Amino acid sequence: MIPAANALTLNRLVPGQCGTILSLEAGAELHQRLIALGLGIGNSVRLLRRAQFGGPLHIRVGMTELMLRRREANRIHLAYESPAVA
Amino acid sequence: MKRIAMVGMPNTGKSTLFNRLTGAHANVGNWPGLTVDLLSAKLIIGDQMVQLVDLPGIYDLNGYSEDEKVVTTFLAQEQVDLLLVVLNASQIERQMVLLQQLMRRELPLILVLNMVDEAAALGITIDAEGLASKLGTPVCLLSAKYGQGVEQLHPAMRKALSELPSHDALKANAAKAGGRELEAAVKSAVFVPAQASHALTEKIDRVLLDPWLGLPIFFGVMFLLFELVFIVGKPIQDAMTWGFSELRSGALEPALAGLPYALRGFLLDGVYNGLSTVASFVPLIVLFFFCMGIVEDAGYLSRAAFLMDALMARFGLDGRSFVMVLMGFGCNVPALMGTRVIRSRGLRLLTMLVIPMSLCSARLQVFVFFIAALFSASVAPVVLFSLYVISILSVMLTSLLFKRRYVNNDPFVLEMPPYRFPTLRQMLMRGWHEVSHFIRRATRFIVLGVVLVWLLTNFPAGVAAGGPDTWAGWIGELLNPVLSPLGIDPKLTIALIFGFVAKEIVIGSLAVIYSQEGSALVSTIAHQINWIQAYSFMLFTLIYTPCLSTIATIRTESRSRAFTALAVAWPLGLAWVVSFLFYQVARQLAG
Repeated sequence: MIPAANALTLNRLVPGQCGTILSLEAGAELHQRLIALGLGIGNSVRLLRRAQFGGPLHIRVGMTELMLRRREANRIHLAYESPAVA
Repeated sequence: MKRIAMVGMPNTGKSTLFNRLTGAHANVGNWPGLTVDLLSAKLIIGDQMVQLVDLPGIYDLNGYSEDEKVVTTFLAQEQVDLLLVVLNASQIERQMVLLQQLMRRELPLILVLNMVDEAAALGITIDAEGLASKLGTPVCLLSAKYGQGVEQLHPAMRKALSELPSHDALKANAAKAGGRELEAAVKSAVFVPAQASHALTEKIDRVLLDPWLGLPIFFGVMFLLFELVFIVGKPIQDAMTWGFSELRSGALEPALAGLPYALRGFLLDGVYNGLSTVASFVPLIVLFFFCMGIVEDAGYLSRAAFLMDALMARFGLDGRSFVMVLMGFGCNVPALMGTRVIRSRGLRLLTMLVIPMSLCSARLQVFVFFIAALFSASVAPVVLFSLYVISILSVMLTSLLFKRRYVNNDPFVLEMPPYRFPTLRQMLMRGWHEVSHFIRRATRFIVLGVVLVWLLTNFPAGVAAGGPDTWAGWIGELLNPVLSPLGIDPKLTIALIFGFVAKEIVIGSLAVIYSQEGSALVSTIAHQINWIQAYSFMLFTLIYTPCLSTIATIRTESRSRAFTALAVAWPLGLAWVVSFLFYQVARQLAG
């Protein structure tokens, strides 16, 4: 499945929101690393916070917390899991 | 001799376990075909001597990162009799992938689930025996940090080494790893509560990563760290330097008085000074890694990366680079060694290229001397401040120019481990390992360099040391066409050659060169050079090669001669251009 351009990505989550990973739009290297860190398809990921000034995202997947840059986060396509937290 | 290799993901406490098993007896070793050094140690297991090797932490056997290549190369070309696969007990579900990949290689292994203390606190329970029988490999639950459960490892290793599993058993296990069986085994043996999370870490992060408080707290922490390392370290360093010179004048000089002049000079000014240079770094390195160990093991270094990334990414660097560059303002040598936490080679080399541009405390001494000699007290702080600004600008310029050459090729996805209290034992081990590494690797290079400078500044035989008739003086004359456009005369050039060894000795060397000391030296220099020349000299001193120990460290840490050559040539070139521009423009303006 190729996600639509306006589909939900990890970068579009609001802090506190969760999503289920639908697909990873990443080269072999990044793909491998994301999987190894627990960002496999079907896993649930929560956005904890964003750093200031366009900095990286702090996320949690399973028992692991990670930081990744927004560019990478844009390549992780999600489906909404929990209603948006205002 | 049989060999056991430790493999595991990053942040699983693998090195802590290695230290626990080997004590302080580990060696840093060079292996053919590998790009990084590996720690190894000899252990007595049962009645045989075994070599234990700590491989770098990796996520994946099929990965692309440098560490991953190191591990696959090692496993392919070295004989390995047993693997210790170290996984984080509370992340076992995710980390099982690595175990799976290793089992497919049909190597005998022991699964070590580390950090059981943390897993227990999270309410995670693991049925080790059930898991072991399902996997067909021994399983040890332990906490390397607190030592709990480590005692089972020795008998387990002895057993595994004496009754190595048959080829068929390994094949059967490999087949098991291929299927879903492994996953099912983990699911049935491990219980993870649905809401398990590191509650304390979450609370701390809410403050330390707060959008408004995060950065001020970070700078506060860095300030404290800097003060701790260098304010505490400096007097210890000075005391050691004093001790070495006392030993020299009190014992060595009288003892060697009967020797011919040249031999005595070689032994005292060459070898002994070289050794005392190496020794003077020891307290700083210990303190630095003691403090850095706390920051890193506590989990704050990855938070620093998070906070500083927005800014640093523009320069091709990351937050960890920032911390090391900042520490470079105290002393470049430990900061360069500290870049080892950065696992991407491109990012690490770029960080190592910019660290020597930070104005370290040794250069500060030279600047304070020159500023006091040539500038009035009212402008002195401004002059010093301007040098700090130029130092930071050089860092920025260098990273911008070289960021495309040294690209961070590792995906920027970093783990943020939960906050942990490091133990004193861990910290001391870390400091000890780093110091022994530095001494073993850098001593020869530094001593050779000091001897070389001694030769240059004392020969040919019979001329006044440090004078214009020495080889250094000839070089000064030879370089005159290149350095006089910067306002640097042959005498100052000799000081720069001395400064190549260590900036601390520049002032001492000026005393030798001008044959004057104290206030007489100050007034002589103030008469012989003007403030424009002095500032140009300071600019050059700021940017060109910081010291021999820095080069030695760059060489041992990068393990690349080409990179070391660049790390010497680029700052020299930049120093020349900056000083030239300043000297020529300022002279025109001053009329």
